[in-house]
Amino acid sequence: MSTIFDLSQPGRNAAAQCADLDGAALARLPEAALRAASPALPEVSELQAVRHYTNLSARNFSIDSQFYPLGSCTMKYNPRGAHRAASLSGFLGRHPLAPERASQGFMECLFALQEILKEVTGMAAVSLTPMAGAQGEFAGVAMIRAYHRARGDLERREILTPDAAHGTNPATAVMCGYTVREVAVDGNGDVDLDALKAAVGPQTAGLMMTNPSTCGVFERQAVQIAQVVHDAGGLLYYDGANLNAILGKVRPADMGFDVLHLNLHKTFATPHGGGGPGAGPVGVGERLLPHLPVPVVAQHEGGYRWLTEDDVPGTIGRLSAFAGNAGILLRALAYALMLGRTGMDRVSDFAVLNAAYLATRLKAAGFELAYPNRAATHEFILTLAAQAKAHGVSAMDFAKRLLDFGMHAPTTYFPLLVPECFLIEPTETECREELDRFVDAMIAIAEEAERDPEHLRTAPHNLPVGRLDDVKAARDLKLRWTPG
Amino acid sequence: MLEQIGVDSIAALFEEIPAELRIGASPSIGPGEAMSEMAMLRWMGERAERDAGLVCFAGAGCYDHHVPAAVWDIAGRGEFMTAYTPYQAEASQGTLQLVFEYQSMMCALTAMDASNASVYDGASGLAEAILMAVRKAARKSRSRRVLMAETLHPHYRDAARNIVANQGVEIETLPMAGGRCELKRLPDDGAFAALVLQQPNFFGLLEDADRLTDWAKGHGAAVIGVVNPLTLSVLKPPGQWGESGADIACGDGQPLGAPMSSGGPSFGFICAKAPLTRQLPGRIIGQTEDAAGRVGYSLTLQAREQHIRRGKATSNICTNQGLLVTAAAVHMALMGAQGLAAAAAASRANTLRLVERLTAIDGVRPLFPGPFFHECALALPKPAPEVLDTLLDRGVLGGVSLAKHFPELGNALLVCATEKRSAEEIDTYAKALAEILR
Repeated sequence: MSTIFDLSQPGRNAAAQCADLDGAALARLPEAALRAASPALPEVSELQAVRHYTNLSARNFSIDSQFYPLGSCTMKYNPRGAHRAASLSGFLGRHPLAPERASQGFMECLFALQEILKEVTGMAAVSLTPMAGAQGEFAGVAMIRAYHRARGDLERREILTPDAAHGTNPATAVMCGYTVREVAVDGNGDVDLDALKAAVGPQTAGLMMTNPSTCGVFERQAVQIAQVVHDAGGLLYYDGANLNAILGKVRPADMGFDVLHLNLHKTFATPHGGGGPGAGPVGVGERLLPHLPVPVVAQHEGGYRWLTEDDVPGTIGRLSAFAGNAGILLRALAYALMLGRTGMDRVSDFAVLNAAYLATRLKAAGFELAYPNRAATHEFILTLAAQAKAHGVSAMDFAKRLLDFGMHAPTTYFPLLVPECFLIEPTETECREELDRFVDAMIAIAEEAERDPEHLRTAPHNLPVGRLDDVKAARDLKLRWTPG
Repeated sequence: MLEQIGVDSIAALFEEIPAELRIGASPSIGPGEAMSEMAMLRWMGERAERDAGLVCFAGAGCYDHHVPAAVWDIAGRGEFMTAYTPYQAEASQGTLQLVFEYQSMMCALTAMDASNASVYDGASGLAEAILMAVRKAARKSRSRRVLMAETLHPHYRDAARNIVANQGVEIETLPMAGGRCELKRLPDDGAFAALVLQQPNFFGLLEDADRLTDWAKGHGAAVIGVVNPLTLSVLKPPGQWGESGADIACGDGQPLGAPMSSGGPSFGFICAKAPLTRQLPGRIIGQTEDAAGRVGYSLTLQAREQHIRRGKATSNICTNQGLLVTAAAVHMALMGAQGLAAAAAASRANTLRLVERLTAIDGVRPLFPGPFFHECALALPKPAPEVLDTLLDRGVLGGVSLAKHFPELGNALLVCATEKRSAEEIDTYAKALAEILR
């Protein structure tokens, strides 16, 4: 499809968006500070722009239009009411530095969300400022570091992660100045407790893990793991990526975690936006309370006030220009209000039911589960190693062919330790018929793999473009439009 | 479904969770009774309403600009809003091509060679830019010192410092005089990895970006320009500062189609000259082809990213601010260079008018000499927080007090009037301030 630049004609514009340039206003600026030539932005009419981007939108899969079982990403339906609530003009028009007196409505909302997140996690306090899960991880590990440093415990240089962990975990530990040691996961998807015991020591600052783990199973030794790490003087970090499976069932604090982040764009149903924005609030137990990132909302004399560096002298400080992704926080609050007390554990009930059903049906259809002895959580892993060996088709070939059936592919090749894997997360918002349709598609593709493997290897066939050449994209780097 | 699974209750699906960890049969967590959508909207609406209705003269990194109606009609389409990171390129050509177009527009605005697909916000983006420069320096001067202008937004300074705190980066301050970087105080004691300057700076003033850039280049330091993308429709882009241009341009994209929304979500942008392309954090979209030669787009240079490189990635960032980038691309396409320049010039004209009216009041004067763009720091005869509080009662958000971050500047107030402020609103503000200060 043409780019917006290809549609451009010199001198054309969207007249209603284009006031006359007030040259007099610019006249008193020094010549050297001004731009010599206009930037080469597209010159199109309003209709051209609207039509172009509307047509582009049709070239996307999305939750609104397709089943999107992308494991670990929790692609559930985002209630439009939450979007409407965050789009109220009083919220959209609020300047971030408006005085507290003129911000009590907004601050009450943030305080309410802090309290809800404290309750569902069991933590002592929550800061809402991290702008995505990875920034929440950063905040959490930076707090672990601040904690050890405040105690004069300066020799702890290492963060442990299971080898199946999300890539953000080791990347975060490095950003916080730690080295990373990976701990093996056993054949049933649990952390190898002996390996963990061998790995911990006076150098251990903490362990980062998620539960259910990235293997799609509940880590049954959570309490023992916490014991081992705490005995060694380390702290436990909970990556909230998979909270959807245990919402209202288990609280991370009860599993022994000292600090955590939540992915509100996953568990609390805020839209994923084609790559964000998210929000990654952090929760802490008593030990890390003095280090919480600011600003935080506190109750004060019948109203609300901001806690800043002056109130939390041990804070790791602010991590954003203002107070994080406020609009996402409001959506999460709206979602939580609509769920209510009883709705919280209904989320995990149906998320796990849907995953268990899908796993059962796929297994019955002859697909191999990576952890056949384990119960599915909100997600589970399929390995297509047998199909790869028999027919020379990869998990990626299966994934691309699924797109032809009008379904987004599950997460492929993660976790890395399971060969040719699909990480499948249907979420609680899908109905049974949709799950059945997915099973039917998988069966049809498996049959095709036997009959005509080349058809998989060259898939997709029904989309605007065929399989794209990623090697060319990286080799002949073209990162922006150029004329001609 | 339970029958197919072979269990008799949903509870049985959770049996692997040790009993002592479970909350129990009647969960006592959560926000109370479930609300209907209507009830929730009423509850949220009451709170939104409580803060509404102020006429905004505050800037300081977040601006009350007009957003064309079509911007969020497009960005709010479910096809954009409810998709995720475009891992499956063939099913995500909408998002991918749009971000490619966004990257192209940002390169045009900043005069840089490459842009990523966004980071969280301007402040965290600056932290990433500093880490890029330090990695680059690791191969040459090996300096981990960064010289940061005192005239940078104080929240940016704090956030960047906090984010790079544990990576052995030393941040030093280039002091200001008269609200601008003091060129005489440029240090001469060894190498720096980078110089960070903001244009227009936190006080709205124009720095001598050319001379600062040339100094940095002469000392082997990379130049990081923190810029407001709207003003780049008029001001010299960082890629053209001095003899050879800045190396990295970063900042906050809020003026490109994002409502103020309490400061977020907006998006951070990072653009760089070609030699730094592989140091960029986060997603980058590249153009490629399918087997039939059809043009398409996909995530590229992924070997920089955490899901591939894990501990060796350029950053831990995963989710970015995709939807705001969607809005920004549509915004830039609708406004064009001419529309952006007109909005920037109108904002400057309104701020000039505002400053003229406010400084006509006894005891109110510009804090600094020299040209400002569309923000200006004023000296007041009374403490700014007090004045701002009184203005609230008259429906005016009168600006941002500088008392906390720059106490040495006295009773200082930073004001901004965007293209949205009418002459009547500006007069209302001036009249109110005159009465308060009488």
